[in-house]
Amino acid sequence: MKSASNTLARETQSSRKMASFDVAKVREDFPILKQKISGKPLVYFDNAATTQKPRRVIEAISRFYSEDYSNIHRGVHTLSQRATQAYEAVRCKVQRLINAAEEREIVFVRGTTEGNNLVAYGYARQQLQAGDEVLISGLEHHSNIVPWQMLCDEKRARLQVIPISDAGEILLDECEKRLNPRTKLVCVAHVSNALGTVNPVGKIIEMAHRHQIPVLVDGAQAVPHFRVDVQKLDCDFYTFSGHKLYGPTGIGVLYAKARLLEAMSPFQGGGDMIASVTFEKTTYNKIPHKFEAGTPDIAGVIGLGAAIDYLNEIGIEAIAAYEQELLEYATDAITKIPGVRILGTAPEKAGVLSFVLEGVHPHDIGTILDQDGIAIRAGHHCAQPVMDRFGVPATARASFAFYNTKDEVDVLVKGIRKVVEVFG
Amino acid sequence: MSDLRELYQDLILDHTKRPRNFGRLETANCQADGYNPLCGDKVTVFLNVENDVVNDIRFQGSGCAISTASASMMTESLKGKTVADAKTLFARFHELLTGKSDQLPDIEALGKLAVFSGVKEFPIRVKCATLAWHTMNAALSHQQQPVSTE
Repeated sequence: MKSASNTLARETQSSRKMASFDVAKVREDFPILKQKISGKPLVYFDNAATTQKPRRVIEAISRFYSEDYSNIHRGVHTLSQRATQAYEAVRCKVQRLINAAEEREIVFVRGTTEGNNLVAYGYARQQLQAGDEVLISGLEHHSNIVPWQMLCDEKRARLQVIPISDAGEILLDECEKRLNPRTKLVCVAHVSNALGTVNPVGKIIEMAHRHQIPVLVDGAQAVPHFRVDVQKLDCDFYTFSGHKLYGPTGIGVLYAKARLLEAMSPFQGGGDMIASVTFEKTTYNKIPHKFEAGTPDIAGVIGLGAAIDYLNEIGIEAIAAYEQELLEYATDAITKIPGVRILGTAPEKAGVLSFVLEGVHPHDIGTILDQDGIAIRAGHHCAQPVMDRFGVPATARASFAFYNTKDEVDVLVKGIRKVVEVFG
Repeated sequence: MSDLRELYQDLILDHTKRPRNFGRLETANCQADGYNPLCGDKVTVFLNVENDVVNDIRFQGSGCAISTASASMMTESLKGKTVADAKTLFARFHELLTGKSDQLPDIEALGKLAVFSGVKEFPIRVKCATLAWHTMNAALSHQQQPVSTE
C-alpha cells in the first residue's frame, strides 16, 4: 500500500514536471540552435559527443574574464580572492550535484579521460602487481579501456572484460565470475556512449565491495541525463566531463572517497599541489589540491558552475523525464523504418539511439542527413569493441538533449527515409 | 538534394551495390591494406604486376558507398595500365577531389572517374574516395605499413 501510494506520488510529480517542461523556452537559452545548416534549421542530435552551451554559461565565462579574472589561491589582492572564491564555490556546486559527502572529494580535471587516467596513475599504479587484474565491461569507451590496458602492460597485470548481452547489457553473473582475489579494480561506464544502456552500477559496486574491490564509474554519459548520487551508489571513483553537461570544454570532475584520495599519489607535480618545497623534499598539499597542479582551467570551472546552476533551475528530474519521453518517441519512430536495426535494446537506456540501415554505411547516412541540417554521429564512437561485438564497422548515432523536440525527431525520420530513397 | 545527387550519382551507387573485381586475387604479387580510422573503412588491394603492367587487380574490404565505389571503379580503370600510368591517374584523381592546382582537372583522361567530382563539395569524404587509391599506390611501392588516412 505504502509503495503503491509512493508510486502514485511519483507519477503525479513526474507528470506535473512534464507539463511544466517548456522546450520552446529552453531552446531560447541556446544561441547556436537558431542557425541554419545548408538552409535548413539545425537539428542537433550529437549530444553524446558534446552538448551545446546555454547563454548563461557563455556569459558567465565572458563576465569572469571581464570582471573577476585573476589567478587563484595565495593571492592577497582583491581579484585573486574573488577568483578563488568563485572557483571554490563551484567545487561545492559539484559536490551537491552528485551528493558527495565532502567538498574535498571533488578534483577538477580536464575531462572524464583525464579523471580515469588520474585514477590509473595515482591509485591503480600503486596497487597492481604482476598477475593482478583490472575488470572492465565490454561496452566501455576507449577512455575506460586504454588507460587500464597501458597500466596492465606496464605491470604485467591482466585486463579482464565482462561480456555483454545481445541487447547491450552487462551480464551480471559474468561479472561475479570474474571477481577474484587478484582483481584490484573494477571500471564500468554508468551509461554506454555507443548504445545508451544504463548499467546496473549499483549492483556491480555491491558485488565488487563484497570482495573488497573498489569501483570506478565513468559517468560521462550519465550526469547530463539523470540524478547521480555517489553516496547512494557507494562508488569509490566517479568521473565526468563538463562539456557534455552544457559546460565548457577542458573541464571535468573526478570524485573519489576522501580516504582514497588521501592515500593516492599525485598525478602531476607543480605549483599549487604542494605544501612546501625544498630541494631535498616536497610535502604535498591537502586533497583535493594535491591533484590540481599548475594553474587550472579557472574559466572552465566558472563555466561549469554556471551550467550546474542552469540545470538545477530547469530541474534534473524534469530533464530526465522529458528526455526519456523523447527517446521512446524516437525509438518507436525509427524502428518503423524498413531496414533499420537498433543496436542497444536494453529496457533501461538514456540519451542514445544507435542504429544501422541495411545496405547503407553509417557515414553515408551522416552525410545525407547533414544536407538536411541534421547533426548525428557516424562511426565507432570510440567504442570499437562494442562495434565488434555487434559485427558492424560503425553505427549511426542520434543522441538527445532536453532542448531537442519531437518535431526534430520527425525531421530525422524523414531524413532517414530519404537515405533509403537515395540508396533505393 | 542537388549536391547529394552530385555525390551519390547512379554510377557510384551501382558500383556500391555491385562492386566489380571484389575479392582476393590469388595471383597477386603485391598487395597493401588501407584503413580509415575516422569511419572504420578497411580495404585490401591486390595486384598482379608483370613487366611494369597491371595484369590484374582486385580489392576486398568494407566501407561506405564512396569508398566502395571508388575502389571498384579504380580496379576497372587500372587493369592493363602501366605502373607509371596508374600513378599518373592517381595524381589526376587526387587533383579532381582536392582541386589544389590552378589547372582544371583533365576530365578526359579521368574518363568515368570524373563522376567523383561531386566529392569535392564534401571535404570530409575525400578520404573515403582516395583510400583505395592510396592503398594501391602503397602496394605498387611495396610499402609494408598499412595505409592510414589519418
